[in-house]
Amino acid sequence: MATATRTRKATIRIVVLRAPGTNCDEETGYAFERQGAQIQHLHVNALLKKPTVLGRAHGLILPGGFSYGDDLGAGTVLGTTLRHKLRDSVLKMVDRGGIVLGICNGFQILVKTGLLPGFGEEQSVALASNVQNRYEDRWVTLRADATNVFFKEGDIIRCPIAHAEGRFLVADNGVKKQLESNGQIALRYVTVDGESPAPYPFNPNGSTDDIAGITDPTGRILGLMPHPERNQFPWQDTRFHAGTAPRTPEGLLPFKNAMSHLKKTFG
Amino acid sequence: MAQEAIIWPMPSTATAPDPSTPAASRRRSRKTARPVYRVEVGLKPGLLDPAGAEARSDLAEVGLKTTDVRVLRVFYLRGHLAPSDVETAAREVLADPVQEVFAVREDIDIKPARKNERVRLVTVHRKSGVTNPEAESARTALQGIGLAVDDVQSARTYIIYTRASKADVLEAARKTLGNDVIEDVVAGRVRSYAFPRPVRRRIKRRTVNIRKLKGKALVKLSFQMGLSLTKLEMETIRDHYVMLEREPTDVELETIAQTWSEHCKHKTLAGAVAIEDEAGTRKYKNLLKETVFAATKKLNKPWCWSVFKDNAGVIDFDGKDGVCMKVETHNHPSAIEPYGGAGTGIGGVIRDILGTGKGAKPVANTDIFCFGPPDMTHDEVPKGCMHPRRLMKGVVAGVRDYGNRMGIPTVNGAILFDRGYVGNPVVYAGCVGTIPKRDVNKRARPGDYVVAFGGKTGRDGIHGATFPSAELHAESETVSSGAVQIGDPITEKKVLDVLLQARDMRLFTAVTDCGAGGFSSAVGEMGEETGADVDLAGAPLKYEGLDAFEIWISEAQERMVAAIPPKAWQRFKRLCDAEDVEAFVLGKFTNDKRLKVRHGKTLVADLDMRFLHHGLPKITREATFERGGTREPKKKAKKRFDTDVVALLSMPQIGSKEWVIRQYDHEVQAGAVVRPLTGPNHGPADAAVIAPKLGSARGIVLSNGINPAYGEIDPYHMAMAAIDEAMRNAVAVGADPNRVAVLDNFTWGNCNRPSTLGAIVRACEGCHDGAMLFKTPFISGKDSLNNEFRTEDGELISVPPTLLISAIGVIANVRKTCTSDLKKAGNPIYVIGETHDELGGSHWYRLRGKVGQNVPVVRKTAPKTMKAVSALVRKGWVRAAHDPSEGGLAVALAEMAFASDLGLTLDISRIKATTKDPATRLFSESASRFVLEVDKTRAKDVDAALKKAGVPFARAGRVTKEPMLVVQYKTRVKGKTVTSDVIRSKTAKLREAWQTALQMDGGA
Repeated sequence: MATATRTRKATIRIVVLRAPGTNCDEETGYAFERQGAQIQHLHVNALLKKPTVLGRAHGLILPGGFSYGDDLGAGTVLGTTLRHKLRDSVLKMVDRGGIVLGICNGFQILVKTGLLPGFGEEQSVALASNVQNRYEDRWVTLRADATNVFFKEGDIIRCPIAHAEGRFLVADNGVKKQLESNGQIALRYVTVDGESPAPYPFNPNGSTDDIAGITDPTGRILGLMPHPERNQFPWQDTRFHAGTAPRTPEGLLPFKNAMSHLKKTFG
Repeated sequence: MAQEAIIWPMPSTATAPDPSTPAASRRRSRKTARPVYRVEVGLKPGLLDPAGAEARSDLAEVGLKTTDVRVLRVFYLRGHLAPSDVETAAREVLADPVQEVFAVREDIDIKPARKNERVRLVTVHRKSGVTNPEAESARTALQGIGLAVDDVQSARTYIIYTRASKADVLEAARKTLGNDVIEDVVAGRVRSYAFPRPVRRRIKRRTVNIRKLKGKALVKLSFQMGLSLTKLEMETIRDHYVMLEREPTDVELETIAQTWSEHCKHKTLAGAVAIEDEAGTRKYKNLLKETVFAATKKLNKPWCWSVFKDNAGVIDFDGKDGVCMKVETHNHPSAIEPYGGAGTGIGGVIRDILGTGKGAKPVANTDIFCFGPPDMTHDEVPKGCMHPRRLMKGVVAGVRDYGNRMGIPTVNGAILFDRGYVGNPVVYAGCVGTIPKRDVNKRARPGDYVVAFGGKTGRDGIHGATFPSAELHAESETVSSGAVQIGDPITEKKVLDVLLQARDMRLFTAVTDCGAGGFSSAVGEMGEETGADVDLAGAPLKYEGLDAFEIWISEAQERMVAAIPPKAWQRFKRLCDAEDVEAFVLGKFTNDKRLKVRHGKTLVADLDMRFLHHGLPKITREATFERGGTREPKKKAKKRFDTDVVALLSMPQIGSKEWVIRQYDHEVQAGAVVRPLTGPNHGPADAAVIAPKLGSARGIVLSNGINPAYGEIDPYHMAMAAIDEAMRNAVAVGADPNRVAVLDNFTWGNCNRPSTLGAIVRACEGCHDGAMLFKTPFISGKDSLNNEFRTEDGELISVPPTLLISAIGVIANVRKTCTSDLKKAGNPIYVIGETHDELGGSHWYRLRGKVGQNVPVVRKTAPKTMKAVSALVRKGWVRAAHDPSEGGLAVALAEMAFASDLGLTLDISRIKATTKDPATRLFSESASRFVLEVDKTRAKDVDAALKKAGVPFARAGRVTKEPMLVVQYKTRVKGKTVTSDVIRSKTAKLREAWQTALQMDGGA
């Protein structure tokens, strides 16, 4: 856990942003902490008072939860706040080589800020109500369809989804084409055997083209609906009791990859 | 009712003050006459509308045919806004630009109806004063981007394409899309909303003349004030004030009523009882103390850190931290408003955990519900009751929206169905927390501030503590609506966030939750040993106009009370300010053992703590008991039982609860190890296992046992069987039975009836004997009595005696746990324990409309079996374990097989049993049994270990590659062994029966 300090390399500082209703902050921070990052848990009120914190940070995590209750549509309130007040500081951090990771509600927030897909301030994709109009918690299989700081094309990981609004929609076909040609489609839901297309329940919410996560054009801002942080200990994998789970929990992959990128860039 | 409450003035913006209005009121009206703007938001044409589809399916359930339903979200914004501001509000916050369109002040265009069809509009909105998180969120967000919005209300307009008449549509909508108790459901669009005007009230000290009242007049007063106190209790209060030579104030009477309520004092179960049954007569001075508590006391486990004295019982987790658990009932509120009732039920039990010791961190939720049969026709449901399906949908949504938003995984539960629950659904909500050892004890000290924090106080839930003591009846929906409330989980999440930080900063000397009775109970209990002096004038209110007693007993949700030393107050206040949590000093703890309540300068109550807490008159209740059930039905000779197994798996009670389970987040906090559904095909798990500390493999196991059908025959054996079931569920996943504690929750009928009380006495005795047998201490409990419903025809529907036993255990290493799905072909299958002719109250009898008599009996050998199986699981020799319970061995075998991709073959004649009858062997629900898949290479070790332990067992079958369930029976005919199949079925067929047993979707 203290590898960074032992080797006397520069500390990687990651801010875990919390708002009323955020509830995956601890385990998501922990997944990075295990890779040697220094984690700063920060309430959005504190960050708004002192946005310069981001100037010293190398990464920003927007964890899952129900920011401000999500009663107006997931991520709307915090997304609007960030778009108005923190967008530039976040973009500066990414320009320096920093990363942003939004999981579940964090993805919804990133979409509302326009940071994803990064085609300008105007929102161009959405995470709509699941087709079944219900919150659903289930394990899914994901395939990385692009290479970026979090995944390598072809990676397969399993972890759970747990959301009511995760159906990925694009404003128009132009947006979809742009995402594809830029290699921004980071993750797709696939069948348990890794195949596409993925009918329900493999695609658990009716997402367009089975899209589970996207990045910005730099590949350093990732938003995804599934929760890799919920598959970071061996016993969490649903295959654990059958003895068929991989030795290294698959959910650790994006955290490990992002950390090695940050260490390379800032170390 | 609903019609009268609607005030919808037109047009959409308020007009200028009427010149004819007198000057005095004009000033007031100018203040309130800020314009109201309406914003309609709808999905873009052509986009899928999941909410509309759900509404359509709900409407179809009550017989309304539609071809399409779409939903508009409507917002009413009040404030001095420029037209461009409203535009900004809609574009930036209220509507999603990718999916939605909006209209300001105007109507969104609606797709025209097809031929022979009409467009019917129905609008649903919360009544004023009812919590509306959506509107509250909108207000915060709009103010956040600098808009001068003072108030927001929200509504939903359903666009319904149908041939049905306007009246039929409205009636169907009232049954499905809104609830009259908290919402107005009206035809058409609603173009403006009249925000309620603030009403100011001068608080006066009001006394109630009681000293000269006698008998009936006292009872009448209790009824009129909604106190739910008996004649004897009213007389005791009267005599107290005669002695004091003054009349009580209204606040004093309300405080006494709250404190003496069944909900707070458990006067029936903690009271004296004389019982007469076939075993003779026995007397208890305090039933609970001499049964349930007594067992805990006698067992005296060093790992029990705090039992029966705090909000929740606490046991040792890893030496540094403890684990605490509490299970609450929220039956009555859920009967009237299932969404709000269940949501506030889970919200309340979470606060119990937050208010344990100096604060515990919630790590898991559990939920157990009982409803009427889901397949009842609408005509069969008595007037004044909701259809079980609607109740269930509401309850599940309430628990889902509260638990998920709090970020607490819901990991364990059960759902039962029986006609006895038609008038009174049962909603048990449980919460588990972790707490540092140093914070387990608390004590408010004289001089500490009484600090309230969290939600604002409104008129919500007034008389929530006294209302559950009353029987529900056909008009309960209307008369008790004040007792209903809607929760706001985000406010409670904020409370959680600051509370745990404050605890770790050592700012509290004590903390507790505001539950039933509100401030009156919280302050009254915390200050019992010291005294308290409080001033209600500073309490943040949701709206003006509350009377002192209303503030004092309001059960507005999401509030906590803490004792904070004056020197720590500023730090606490800063912490709360930083996270947008309201906190204020309500008063001080004193050392005069008096409870003084003020509103500004007016002293509205001055009570003696001793009288308040110990003045309740004690009476001895009479109880009788007679065993229920019917004569054992004759057994018919039958050769094949394939259809029986399918029929059992198709019973909603046995069938998969996947529709419910998947709506709960059971993974948040990243602690899930054994989940409610297990195996590649999502079969049922016996118990939940979580690892609550990130990075540590130490775990908590949670399970439950409940079987009211046994209780109808003999509640004593129901209690024993429930403990056994909870224990074997825990053991099946790998719990150490020496480190399991249990909780009791009683839901019963009216215990003023000696026979009903007798049933609860027998259950308490069963709890005692079960706890002593397994050496498992009770650490907490709760009861809900008077769960009865009187129909219009005067028929009384009482709930079956429903005892829930929740078990919580500590697991040293979650790697050594086990799930129920089969793992590997070729492994032997063991059946542990002995099967007896115990079909009384079984599901197999129930299928045939029978009850029977031979209820399962827990035998003295049970603890030995638990210990042996636990050891085998923890050694890693067991690959799959499951307990036969509902539906007996046959159902257990089927579940293990279809949860996996494998099959199972078993010879039923080999199992240890005291009966030869194959049906009894297959379906008896005898206690203390397990089915184990054992690692082939360890079979000899397992045989030796079980023999050594003296546990009855049989190696009776094996796991097969072919996905078939084959159960055979061998008989000897004329010296020859004849083998015949009693069950032979593809597991896919069994799985389908199980997975489609509880269909909650569709209808359209």
